[in-house]
Amino acid sequence: MTEMRRPLGPIIRRPHVLRARLLFAAQLVFTLLLAAFLIVPAGLSMLAGVTENYFIGVRSGLTLRWLAQVWELYADTILRSFVIAIATLVVTIVIGLPAAYALHRRGDRVARLVEEIITLPLAIPGLAIALALLLSYGNFSDFRRSWLFILVGHVIFTLPFMVRSIMAVLAAVNINLLDEGAASLGASPWQRFRDVIVPNVKPGLLAGSLMVVTLSLGEFNLTWMLHTPLTKTLPVGLADSYASMRLEVASAYTLVFFIMIIPLLVAMQFMAGRGGLTGGRR
Amino acid sequence: MTAHGVAIHLENCGKTFANGARALEPTTIDIARGETVVFLGPSGCGKTTMLRIIAGLETPDAGGRVRFGDEDVTDTPIERRNVGMVFQSYALFPNMNVAENIGYGLKIRGIGAAERAQRVAELVTLTGIEGLETRSIDQLSGGQRQRVALARAVAIRPRVLLLDEPLTALDALLRERLRSELNSLLRALGITSVYVTHDQAEAMTLGDRIVVMRKGAIAQIGSPRDIYFAPANRYVAEFVGAANVVEAECRDGALILPGGSLPVAHATPGRAVAMVRPESWSIVPATAATLTGRVETVIFVGDRLRVTIAGAADRPLLVDAPNGLAVAPGQTVGLTVPPGAVRLLAGEAA
Repeated sequence: MTEMRRPLGPIIRRPHVLRARLLFAAQLVFTLLLAAFLIVPAGLSMLAGVTENYFIGVRSGLTLRWLAQVWELYADTILRSFVIAIATLVVTIVIGLPAAYALHRRGDRVARLVEEIITLPLAIPGLAIALALLLSYGNFSDFRRSWLFILVGHVIFTLPFMVRSIMAVLAAVNINLLDEGAASLGASPWQRFRDVIVPNVKPGLLAGSLMVVTLSLGEFNLTWMLHTPLTKTLPVGLADSYASMRLEVASAYTLVFFIMIIPLLVAMQFMAGRGGLTGGRR
Repeated sequence: MTAHGVAIHLENCGKTFANGARALEPTTIDIARGETVVFLGPSGCGKTTMLRIIAGLETPDAGGRVRFGDEDVTDTPIERRNVGMVFQSYALFPNMNVAENIGYGLKIRGIGAAERAQRVAELVTLTGIEGLETRSIDQLSGGQRQRVALARAVAIRPRVLLLDEPLTALDALLRERLRSELNSLLRALGITSVYVTHDQAEAMTLGDRIVVMRKGAIAQIGSPRDIYFAPANRYVAEFVGAANVVEAECRDGALILPGGSLPVAHATPGRAVAMVRPESWSIVPATAATLTGRVETVIFVGDRLRVTIAGAADRPLLVDAPNGLAVAPGQTVGLTVPPGAVRLLAGEAA
């Protein structure tokens, strides 16, 4: 013990360092295992989509054949999904922006109640919303058969995300004050909306837009109830391919889905980072 | 300089908010063309509500009228009143740079880019923010933002300039400097201005007239000198500057105090409330005065001594003495005051 005391620092500290390193290594391994557990299925699924024959395995060779087949079979579905997503976006902006502004301006009990009602679809299963829509409007057969029917469902489902992300920005930039400032300089309500409110709400608008598009593209619950064989969307087609195609085609479809949705998610992440910055300034 | 803008007439302008709270009692006041009027009072006294009624951001309760000159603007929204407004937190547009902020009101009025640029350049010089034209609002200091807000409000050549605590968000040193800059700017512009503040030094410096407000009503209107030397009541006396307010019996032309008597001009016998400013007192030997007291504390504040004297009145008296005077705590001294400097306050015993 007495000899150990002389070269004081390193020798006494070493067990601590060792323990810390071991702990770190253990945590790293655990984290990696957990991440692998979650990521491997997705990776395998995508790999299956470019494998010649999944039952033989990767050694049967890689191919883009299944992807081509998916495109051939489902191009119109994929396209329709984008049309619906963009249409949903347009409608949620047209309704959501003025609604968020009005709710923010009022800010009273009525406004909070309306906000709650708008948010309600988040808590109700998509199936229930779809059933309600079918009960109410299912008899208008032209409407029922068109993609507009799905659009209505998507708008109900995504509107709260748009309204809420805009309202968050409205609260952060003190829009009422900016509005009064512009009014004092002679700007009419429309000029204020165009020159001051919309530009300052842009971060929330962009974040909300990406969210709406991503949710609309990925929405399955509601859409599955509302679709007809002629109005399938991306995820509904995915279910369809899982049910009726060979495994490689279904997996290739997953790959297509990833390719479509991941850039949107990355953009959303990027916007969230920037939104955090703009939210902090006054 | 010549007077610009319009006169403002408020008639019975009161404000009751939706929740029933009375922010402003029905108030009538006339502000002359080219005059700078300062509304002074603590928060919640109704001064900002008054400003917002003049601006058109609030409508007065039924029966209230707002007139700019001969024009009744009660029902005219702010965007058509042609007022310039400087907000406490400036309300600068983060999506525009400095020059765009200053030029926005001109752009709205359809003024062409060339003329606009010229006017913006003029104001940038006037407010001393040269070189900042292309900066974004985020990159400005508090003082710079304040100048941009002022330039933006003045750019449109408003009929009335409204300033809502424009210096409150700044630190003390900067506030003092901008106060005098603002003063010369307002004089140079000669525009009808309404200025709201809770800072009496600002009010004294800037106001042609000061309107002291209390609980939604006007406590006194007058020039800075009137307000300071002849406060209408105890509230004004105590809110503006430091004041010694004493309550005492008045007899034979003098106030009868615990430490002796204090001669008063125009005294009527009976219970009275009187005010003496700290700088009005003179400390003299105890034998040379009818009022005496014991020095309690002496604080050296540089240009003067702030002395408290106990035993003279029912409350310790605050006295400003020359910084070379030899006084020490415990000493008994006499107090004299010029007869005109004792101000009797109307019926406010409490």
